[in-house]
Amino acid sequence: MNNLVILPILLPLFSGVLLFFLRRQIRTQQAITLVATTATLISSLVLIGSISRDGIQILNMGGWEAPYGITLVADMLAALLTATASIVTIACLLYTFHSIGEDRKKFYVYPLLLLLLCGVNGSFLTGDIFNLFVFFEVMLISSYALISLGGGKVQLRETIKYMITNIISSMLFIVAVAYLYSITGTLSMAHLSERVALAGQDGLITTVSLLFLIVFGLKAGLLLFFWLPGSYSAPPAAIAAIFAALLTKVGIYAIMRMFTLIFYHQSDFTHTVLVWMSALTMILGAVGAIAYGDIRRILAYNVIVSVGFVVFGVAVASREALTGAVFYLIHDMLAKALIFILGGVIVSIAGTDRLRDISGLIRFRPTLGWLFFLSALALAGVPPLSGFVGKVMILQGGIAQSYYVMAAIGLLTSLLVLYSVMKIFINSFWGETLLSEGEEKSPGKGYLLPGAMLAALLIGLGLGAETVLTYVGQAVEVMLNPMLYIEAVLPQTGM
Amino acid sequence: MKFTDVILQTSAKILVFIILTFSIYVLFAGHNNPGGGFIGGLITASALVLLYIAFDVKTVHEILPIDFKIVGAVGLMIALLTGIGSLVVDEPFLSQTFWYEDLPLFGKTELTTALVFDLGVYLAVVGTTMTIILSIGEDE
Repeated sequence: MNNLVILPILLPLFSGVLLFFLRRQIRTQQAITLVATTATLISSLVLIGSISRDGIQILNMGGWEAPYGITLVADMLAALLTATASIVTIACLLYTFHSIGEDRKKFYVYPLLLLLLCGVNGSFLTGDIFNLFVFFEVMLISSYALISLGGGKVQLRETIKYMITNIISSMLFIVAVAYLYSITGTLSMAHLSERVALAGQDGLITTVSLLFLIVFGLKAGLLLFFWLPGSYSAPPAAIAAIFAALLTKVGIYAIMRMFTLIFYHQSDFTHTVLVWMSALTMILGAVGAIAYGDIRRILAYNVIVSVGFVVFGVAVASREALTGAVFYLIHDMLAKALIFILGGVIVSIAGTDRLRDISGLIRFRPTLGWLFFLSALALAGVPPLSGFVGKVMILQGGIAQSYYVMAAIGLLTSLLVLYSVMKIFINSFWGETLLSEGEEKSPGKGYLLPGAMLAALLIGLGLGAETVLTYVGQAVEVMLNPMLYIEAVLPQTGM
Repeated sequence: MKFTDVILQTSAKILVFIILTFSIYVLFAGHNNPGGGFIGGLITASALVLLYIAFDVKTVHEILPIDFKIVGAVGLMIALLTGIGSLVVDEPFLSQTFWYEDLPLFGKTELTTALVFDLGVYLAVVGTTMTIILSIGEDE
């Protein structure tokens, strides 16, 4: 029993509910939100510390033992991701202070952000498959509200598409859980893993695993990403940044958990499907990223490319590739938040997101320009920055397992990603300035603090990769050896 | 032409009390019989909706000057605090406890903290349902 595990879920939930009573006091709301997310970050860091000392931390909610109650399981993977999610939320929060209008702030934008963080952290920490569904819904319902908040025409149109897609995928999730429950008779992930291993993963269970793959593919934008570019370009930049950094990553995390903990017995079949899905995702995402001429779409397609890349690492499933995938996942959450924030600043300065109407911003906004350049390089994976380490390890892992074609696709898409973000940089920062005298001091403030914070983390993650990799290594240890997870959750094995 | 809803309004005045009593009964019965916070909350909300149908939004708001958004938030807060209470006494989150008490009218009664959680669910359901119905109803 360790109540520390609940804190990354409880702190945002409690303060989110508290903010409902303070609807009109926007300053107080901002202060409480900032304190709560910082406290969430601190509790995640403490959790990382105690996991690296004492191993996986367990909390049986309500004191009911493992297969019968709901267990929260904080292994290193979950704790690293909750910490990253809190950092990203803090950064996006700092950006909302200036970039989001009074009308949205009065209509519960901060409580919704906190509930979103609660859902994300809950999905990372839960050890029960139905509880995972519930936390997915907490996250998704907050995101429905956030995407439609403000009620612009585009937003409403995209909200309908986004909601229908997610409702259908949630329904499939329930159906998949029902199938799995009728086969195994349990919902606790550790117990499921044990039962599936005991029964041997036959055709029926593999079919259910593919159903889960479709569900999480829809959530993560893995091949089934048709809904993503539209709905990620609809909301304001600060909210789009938090979506791009967190929502698809929860889907990836669920794929990681499912296929390393429960469905790892038929890897020659399921993981081949995963490899092909990830390759197609990378190709189609890259095609989208170079095809468009507006900033929001280019960035949205970049989200898709990185989803494909991480899942490729998961599908290869060697120690090296998994380490790369976890590292790249952490990097990508930070980098996507940064580049979405900076993209939003460009759009709000220029008043348009069409690249051909923007030019010469570097003259008035040198800091913004170089920050964007840095984040573009980090996204593509240029050596001193954080994108490099993860990419190299995934590719090495892929080549060691003789996925030569996929590795080549991975490298090629990195090039195309670099091209697509450099296209934004060159078009909007170089050249003759189109800004008139009055527009020099036009909006686009408040990005500096979160931007600098995230950029510093990206550099730090790249330079301090050795330190981070020791923690990532502990996360991968559990993924490679599911018995560690099972033994931590079910102390008396042989249930 | 103005309709007079004498029959509707008179019967609503009686029915609302019956429905409210039944919803409270269902809320308390939840531990040992079918019922509980969710269904109790929905029944209470249906009684309030009957009031809104029989009279109009303005009249009912004068009798019941409640912001139902706050009711929902209070409910969530109560449910959360029962969970946090178990943190304070160093038990796992959401642990529950019960004890027996001799209450004046009921005699020996089992009191549980799960009832407090259910009360939170009840208020949250009433708050949410009424917020949905009233915001659609007041929309021009």
